[in-house]
Amino acid sequence: MTALTPTTPMTTLSGGRLRWAIADGWTVTRRDLLHWARQPGPVIIGLLFPVLMVLMFGYLFGGAMTVPGGGDYLEYLLPGMFAMTMVFGLEATMIAINTDAAKGVTDRFRSMPMAPSAVVVGRCTADMLNSSVNLVVMLGCGLLVGWRAHGSVGATLAAVGLLLLLRFALLWVGIYLGLVIGSPEGTVGVQILVWPAAFLANTFAPPESMPGWLGTIAEWNPLSSPVAAIRELFGNPAGGGDSWIAGNATLMAVVWPVVLVAIFFPLSVRRYQRLSR
Amino acid sequence: MTEPESTIRVEGLRKRYGDKIALDGVDLVVAAGSVCGLLGPNGAGKTTAVRILATLLRSDGGHAEVAGFDVARQPDRVRASIGLVGQHAAVDEVLTGRQNLDMFGRLYHLGAATARTRATELLDQFDLVEAGDKPVKQYSGGMRRRLDLASSLILAPKVLFLDEPTTGLDPRGRNEVWAAVRSLVARGTTVLLTTQYLDEADQLADQISVIDTGEVIASGTPAGLKSKIGGDRLEVVLHRADELAGAATVLRAVAEGEPEVDTDARRVSAPVADRVGALTETARALADTGIAVEDIGLRRPTLDEVFLQLTGHKAEEAVA
Repeated sequence: MTALTPTTPMTTLSGGRLRWAIADGWTVTRRDLLHWARQPGPVIIGLLFPVLMVLMFGYLFGGAMTVPGGGDYLEYLLPGMFAMTMVFGLEATMIAINTDAAKGVTDRFRSMPMAPSAVVVGRCTADMLNSSVNLVVMLGCGLLVGWRAHGSVGATLAAVGLLLLLRFALLWVGIYLGLVIGSPEGTVGVQILVWPAAFLANTFAPPESMPGWLGTIAEWNPLSSPVAAIRELFGNPAGGGDSWIAGNATLMAVVWPVVLVAIFFPLSVRRYQRLSR
Repeated sequence: MTEPESTIRVEGLRKRYGDKIALDGVDLVVAAGSVCGLLGPNGAGKTTAVRILATLLRSDGGHAEVAGFDVARQPDRVRASIGLVGQHAAVDEVLTGRQNLDMFGRLYHLGAATARTRATELLDQFDLVEAGDKPVKQYSGGMRRRLDLASSLILAPKVLFLDEPTTGLDPRGRNEVWAAVRSLVARGTTVLLTTQYLDEADQLADQISVIDTGEVIASGTPAGLKSKIGGDRLEVVLHRADELAGAATVLRAVAEGEPEVDTDARRVSAPVADRVGALTETARALADTGIAVEDIGLRRPTLDEVFLQLTGHKAEEAVA
């Protein structure tokens, strides 16, 4: 009988709504951290997969690559791989959002008297943490294969900041895609499309080495400016390029993520509200 | 109206999706502490109604109150008074049962310590103590449903919505869920249950509303509704199809309505009032006329037959 005695919620917690928004956001974040503990397999594979790609591109294909303007290909490759790791994070966000919607967990949250922001805040915090760990592993992997950050401490931190800004922007793309794609099967399609989208940039090969029109597309890929900017900040070979977009990489490394957030944040919010229609 | 805060009150609820009308002026009143069964085929509007009442969906018109609060104007108050069990077991499959309950308890703002205690209580109440620390992935369908139910009862809500709670469960899982619902009802929770099974509504509900294409077409107690649609049916299956006409004549003598003949299944059935009397009389009469009977028995009308009686069309046609 005791189990059914009404339990009183602590609605009187001082600080009111904001305190609860933070507390609820943390509870949802904590759920993801518990996922890592319960299911370390996928997390470890997620950490090691980019490492495998470094080894593949660095050693398997790397010998055949020349960087325009000179420089070691591994030094050129690693900043591209750091950005690539951020792009893989988009898939994780999308799948998590989509699974919760498909399994009815999103509806359960929406039927509860919790802070409505908590689902998104929790998702953001957990995914940013996950991507930060990924980035640390990749930096370690880079150092092991001989990549170095040659710039000042400030420049190195700025490069890391740009990568996390890119991840934050892709978070909103992932949330939107996760809400738009109805069935979990659909996420597989997006996962496949992420590959050419991320390869058609300056991540693995310099756009100058591509046919003219393709090189232009690659340079205007929102991924390319952040990659070019962090190559500069790390003091790694940048490959050059004399177009406007290549010349303003640092500016565009900030502009692109801001543009992505400006597009996908309102789209995600609208899509979430449309669940009630 | 001594306990107005524990009721569901719906007046003229309307909802459309584009051109499709999902709810066309639904009225519903559920008394405190009672179980209301919303019975209807797929696409009748049952889930839409529950989603509006659970604040997941906005209505286009009409008025709905749950536990004394307006669902459109006071969604937060409604959310603090309800539990929702949807068609999926809405729990995290990677986490354990205990971790799920603990998380939901924190999100209901119980605080970490109380959430933990409450999780233990609920695992015990729903017979999940042994499975409590295993990941939900390893649970059977019935266990998932019970955990889902437990997650909806963390605050001991005044009103519980059950949207087709036994769809997709095997008979054992169904019995488990029914037992859990009965014990809740015994403790005074008001329940709105949607189902496609007359049997389930009959087992659990004090009051049934039959819903079809967004409208309540009949409501009353299970007994009242059954007498309205002719109660139980006597069904006879024969060895030979050419004797069906003879059997129909025999049934006509005891039946409340015109016997229905299904030639492919070699079956005649008709609604009867005096159940056992009709059965024995028919069995004797069939034996006297020498018609070979393969099977004879009484059964509840199916949803199809209820719909045929109430609307003149079959349940499946309502979907199309």
